Amino acid sequence: MRAFTYERARSPAEAAAAAARTKGAKFIAGGTNLLDLMKLEIETPTHLIDVNGLALDKIEDTPQGGLRIGALVRNTDLAADKRVRRDHALLSRALLAGASGQLRNKATTAGNLLQRTRCPYFYDTNQPCNKRQPGSGCSAIGGFSRQLAVLGASGACIATHPSDMAVAMHVLDATVETVRPDGKARRIPIADFHRLPGDTPHIENALTPGELITAVTLPKPVGGVHIYRKVRDRASYAFALVSVAAIVQRDGTGRVALGGVAHKPWRVEAAEAEMPHGAKAVAARLLAGAKPTEANAFKLPLAERTLAAVLAQAKA
Amino acid sequence: MKNPGDLDLSRRGLLAVGAASVAASALPLEACAQAAATDGSVTSKVSFTVNGEARELELDTRTTLLDALREHLHLTGTKKGCDHGQCGACTVIAGGRRINSCLTLAVMHQGDQVTTIEGLGRPEALHPMQAAFVKHDGYQCGYCTPGQICSAVAVLDEIKAGLPSHVSADLNAPPELTNAELRERMSGNICRCGAYSNIAEAITEVAGGTA
Repeated sequence: MRAFTYERARSPAEAAAAAARTKGAKFIAGGTNLLDLMKLEIETPTHLIDVNGLALDKIEDTPQGGLRIGALVRNTDLAADKRVRRDHALLSRALLAGASGQLRNKATTAGNLLQRTRCPYFYDTNQPCNKRQPGSGCSAIGGFSRQLAVLGASGACIATHPSDMAVAMHVLDATVETVRPDGKARRIPIADFHRLPGDTPHIENALTPGELITAVTLPKPVGGVHIYRKVRDRASYAFALVSVAAIVQRDGTGRVALGGVAHKPWRVEAAEAEMPHGAKAVAARLLAGAKPTEANAFKLPLAERTLAAVLAQAKA
Repeated sequence: MKNPGDLDLSRRGLLAVGAASVAASALPLEACAQAAATDGSVTSKVSFTVNGEARELELDTRTTLLDALREHLHLTGTKKGCDHGQCGACTVIAGGRRINSCLTLAVMHQGDQVTTIEGLGRPEALHPMQAAFVKHDGYQCGYCTPGQICSAVAVLDEIKAGLPSHVSADLNAPPELTNAELRERMSGNICRCGAYSNIAEAITEVAGGTA
């Protein structure tokens, strides 16, 4: 790990200003992803701004009937919150399907949205990777790509976003609240938050330098049956090969997104319109334009079958 | 891939940052008294309570809680397995919650209460979970055992507190103390010897259940 200086932030705006002012600075909250990457010198911050002391660890009711989740609310606490369990069960289910008890006790809401890919070539510093070292090339293309993207990838990167929570946040139409170095707050709809790789896979989200996530808000509950189905290589503590997050209403309409298939959670409006017509129709729209590799082509039928299982479960 | 010059460059950059933070009175952040050594390393003071005893350390900011416990406080019961949060051998209880001590910096635990395997029980006065692991042979080589036991103690607290898990059928009902629940909740602790069945039996006995 490279050496770094360390400070504890006193307010979100001051933290953002300090991050913008200090070259090589990064925020640290749970640290479960950042320290992992710092040990491998994939992340090499020269200055860490510890935001854990900021009072961003509350879940509050909003005047609109939704919830405002502080950026520092731990994954364990978010999954266990009574209002989340009752009204946004999809979010609890997605969180509980991810990581381990120890990691969920540390990992934060904002950090979860910002976690980096687990593409093996991003992690292997001996290999070219456009995300880790822009312009160096993509070793995953033509390499070991079983876990990697089948949708929205580019000639520069076929990495997937690893988060379960983020897939639920997309289906729940969450909004990311931030503060910028000039002290101004901003609201980013989750649909605009995560980016596709394009030619700049090292830029993963809409945040600008120094911008700090302060909260994630959920609109008022939408009802329906909430299901998060994660398919992985072992029954617990593994990243998704494919996951399906769905909210299904009694009349068969609803919302759906896929995890484990793209550089961001994959939600397609035209696919949701097909929900009353069954999994095949939804999958046709959701997976349109898919470009799998030989090693991950299995994800397409797997996604359709998982979708079918979810819709059947919702009906039962 | 690494340019041999990179390290020197970043050290110079780091020293500049270090100098800026020494002049911390101008910064609107809490200044943590820090010293930058000529090799580029930065040290910082941190104090926390470990197993009921107040400890104060001056550490390289890079020191994980795990290394602080093992290398500086010589509490070697906590084990380093993967050092990347994947195996759970380093599990300790901090602020009442189980965490991977390898994935957190010691300096982030100012004022915290940390409990390690040494704080749960002593050889002459075992914690009930330690005694149950012995009784049920919940290990072979024993390397993962301190982490397993710290994790297991916290798991029972989590169930008592009503925290749901991935296998809880009803999110809104109190979790049941089943074998499936224990296995899911313990999935962050890997046992290369495969003592899982006995571990689950030990935890079940302490919980007073029959799973």
